[in-house]
Amino acid sequence: MPAAAPKKCRSDAAAGRAPLMSVRGLGIRFKTSLGVWQATRKIDFDIGAGERVGFVGESGCGKTITGLSILRLLPGNLAGLDGSILFDGTDLVSCSARAMRAIRGRRIAMIFQEPMSALDPVFTVGHQISETLCVHTGASKEEARAKTLEMLRRVGIASPERRIDDYPHQLSGGMRQRVMIAAALICGPQLLIADEPTTALDVTVQAQILELLRELSETSNTALMLITHDLGVVAETCTRMITMYAGEVIEDAPVDDALVRPLHPYTSGLLRSLPHLSPRHGRLPSIPGRVPSIVDMPNGCRFRARCAHAAPGCEAEQELRDAGGGRKVRCWRFRELDLPGALQHAASTPIAAMAGTP
Amino acid sequence: MPLGPDSTQDAIVSVRDLEVRFQTSDRRATVKAVDGVNFDVHRGETFGIIGESGSGKTTIGRALVFLLKPSAGAIRHEGIDPLALPRKRFQSHRRDYQIIFQDPNAALNPRMTILSSVLEPLELARAGTSAERERQAREALDRVGLPQDVGERYPHQLSGGQKQRVVIARALTLKPKLIVCDEVVAALDMSIRGDVLNLFADLQRELGLTYVFITHDLAVVSHISERIAVMYLGRFVELGPTERVSEHPLHPYTQALLSAEPRPLPSHLRQGSRIMLQGEIPSPIDPPSGCRFRTRCPYAQSLCAEQAPDWRELQPDHWVACHFAEHPDFAPN
Repeated sequence: MPAAAPKKCRSDAAAGRAPLMSVRGLGIRFKTSLGVWQATRKIDFDIGAGERVGFVGESGCGKTITGLSILRLLPGNLAGLDGSILFDGTDLVSCSARAMRAIRGRRIAMIFQEPMSALDPVFTVGHQISETLCVHTGASKEEARAKTLEMLRRVGIASPERRIDDYPHQLSGGMRQRVMIAAALICGPQLLIADEPTTALDVTVQAQILELLRELSETSNTALMLITHDLGVVAETCTRMITMYAGEVIEDAPVDDALVRPLHPYTSGLLRSLPHLSPRHGRLPSIPGRVPSIVDMPNGCRFRARCAHAAPGCEAEQELRDAGGGRKVRCWRFRELDLPGALQHAASTPIAAMAGTP
Repeated sequence: MPLGPDSTQDAIVSVRDLEVRFQTSDRRATVKAVDGVNFDVHRGETFGIIGESGSGKTTIGRALVFLLKPSAGAIRHEGIDPLALPRKRFQSHRRDYQIIFQDPNAALNPRMTILSSVLEPLELARAGTSAERERQAREALDRVGLPQDVGERYPHQLSGGQKQRVVIARALTLKPKLIVCDEVVAALDMSIRGDVLNLFADLQRELGLTYVFITHDLAVVSHISERIAVMYLGRFVELGPTERVSEHPLHPYTQALLSAEPRPLPSHLRQGSRIMLQGEIPSPIDPPSGCRFRTRCPYAQSLCAEQAPDWRELQPDHWVACHFAEHPDFAPN
C-alpha cells in the first residue's frame, strides 16, 4: 500500500484475504443485425469488502454494462458473457438464474441515475422498499414496515412516518434518490453498485447524497462500485479509481495516486480536459479524435490513434500490467512516460489557489 | 426611456424588474419563475447565469430572446423594446438574438439532412437567392469545424459533439449579435466539452458575439464567463466579475455552491470545510418569506424571514442580495 495514501485503505489483498469480488477476463458480446459486437473485453478488477471503487470513462466505454453484467441485468441481445465474476465464492457468470436471484437485491444491490424511472409510480415508497425485504428474508409486513422506517431514517429522510406512505411523485429528486438507496440497502448488501447516482441531482444535493453513500459504506462495511463520468465525484467518494476506455480497463489505482500521477495517457488527458484544472478564459485542452467505433476497434492499444505518446510497439496487444503500489495500467510505456496529473494541470489555476498549492 | 441606474452605452441587453409568471396546470396557483431580476449584458462579453434546477435560469434565457413574454418589467435590446415594434419588424429584429439548447438531438429533425436544417432559418428569413443561402449555410458548417460532406448526412450519423456544432452553425447563419446558450455542453462527454467551449470562444473573437451562458456547472461557467450571476428561486443573489464571485463570494448560497462542487484533486488538497446545505430548493409556488435562501442558510436570522434583502452593490460591480453580506463569518477561507 502506498505510504502516501491518507485514507484507510481496506485492501483485502494486503490483508491476505480473497477480495469480496474478483472479476477476471470479463467480456460482453451483443448480437445486432450487423453481426456480433464486443462491448467490453478482458475486464479484470477486484473489489474488497467495504472498499469504494470509482469507475470512470466517457459514454460508451463500457462502465455501465460492466456494472449491469455483475447482476446479469443484460439486454436480450446478449451474445455471450466470457470470463468470471467471483463474488464471495460464487461465479456470477455461470451460476443458475435461481442462485442469481438470491444474490441480486440481497447481497448485491444497484441504484441508477434517474430515480423516477427506477421507482414504480403506482406504489408507495414504503411498499417498494419493504417488498425487497419480504421477498428475500420472508419478513412479516409489520417487521418489514418497522425496518423500512428505520432505513428511511438512516438515509436522512425527515419524518419517515409521514413519508413512508408517499408515492414517488410526492418526493423531490434528492428524496427519491434517498428512497432508492434505502431500497438498495434494506437487505444489508455486501456490494452496492451505483450508476451515476447523482448526475440528475443539483450540486448541493449531490454533495448530500455522496456524503450519505460514503457514510453508509463506512458504517456498514458495504463495498461501493461507483460508476460516473465525474472525476471530482470519484475523488471525493472513492478509495480507488478504475479508468475505462473503449471497453477495456486501462488504469486501476488508489484515487489519490491516479490523480497525482496518472500512468495512462488517457487518464492524464481526461484530467487535463477538465475546466477546473485550466487557467480561466484560456483554451481548454482536449483529447484529439474520437473513441473508436465498437464495430471497428483497432488492434493493439485502443487509445493510440489519439495518444500523444504513441510509438512503434503500441500496435501490439496491450495487457493490464502490474505497476507496483497496488496499481495496474494497460500501457507498455508507463515506466518511461512521466505524465502530468491534477496538480501539474492545476498549477496557476484558481483551483490551485483555493487548494493552497504554490 | 429610463433604463435604470447602471445602464451603459454598451449594454446589448438590459433587464429591469423582470418577472415571468406561470399558471400551474390546475390554474389554482401562480409560479413566479423569475421574480424581479435586474442586469445588463455588455456587448462582446460572456455573461454566465448559474443556478440549480428550478431557479429560473432557463426561463430568463427564454425571455431574453422573447420565446416567453415577460409578465412584468422590461427587456431592452440595445435600448429598444422589441415588444413595441410592429410584428414584421419584431420578426426581423429577433434574428439578431438566438438561443441554443442542451440537447442537440431534440434540436435537429432526424428526417432532415444537416444542410436543410441549417438552411431553414435562412429560408424563413428569405435571405438572398437559394444559391447564396446554400453558400452561407455551408460556410457556417465550415466555420464550426465540420467536414465538407456533413451537409448531406443525417443527425444519427453524427456524434453528440458534431450535432452540437451543427446547432451552433444554424444559430450563426443569421449573423446574430447575441446567443443565449442554455446548458449547451451538459450533454457532451468531458473530452469533447473543451473543444466546443473553445469553439464558442473562437466565434466570439471572430464575430464579436455576445453570449449569455446558462448552466448548472460551475467549472464551465467560471471558465468561459467574464461576469457571473448566481440565481436562486427566481432571483439573483449575487452578480459580479467571475474572479470575484468564484474566489470571494459574498452570498452564503454562492459559498455553499462553490464548496459543494466535487473537486478532482487528491484528498490532501481538497478544502477541508464544506458548507453542507440541508434540504433542497423550495417550491417556487410558495417561496419562503423575506430572503428566499433563509430556509437553507446556515447564517439565517429572524430579520431574514421578515424582510427581503436589498439588491445592492457592495463592492464595485459586485452585487449581492443578503442582509449580512458584510458579516466577517462569511469571508471565505
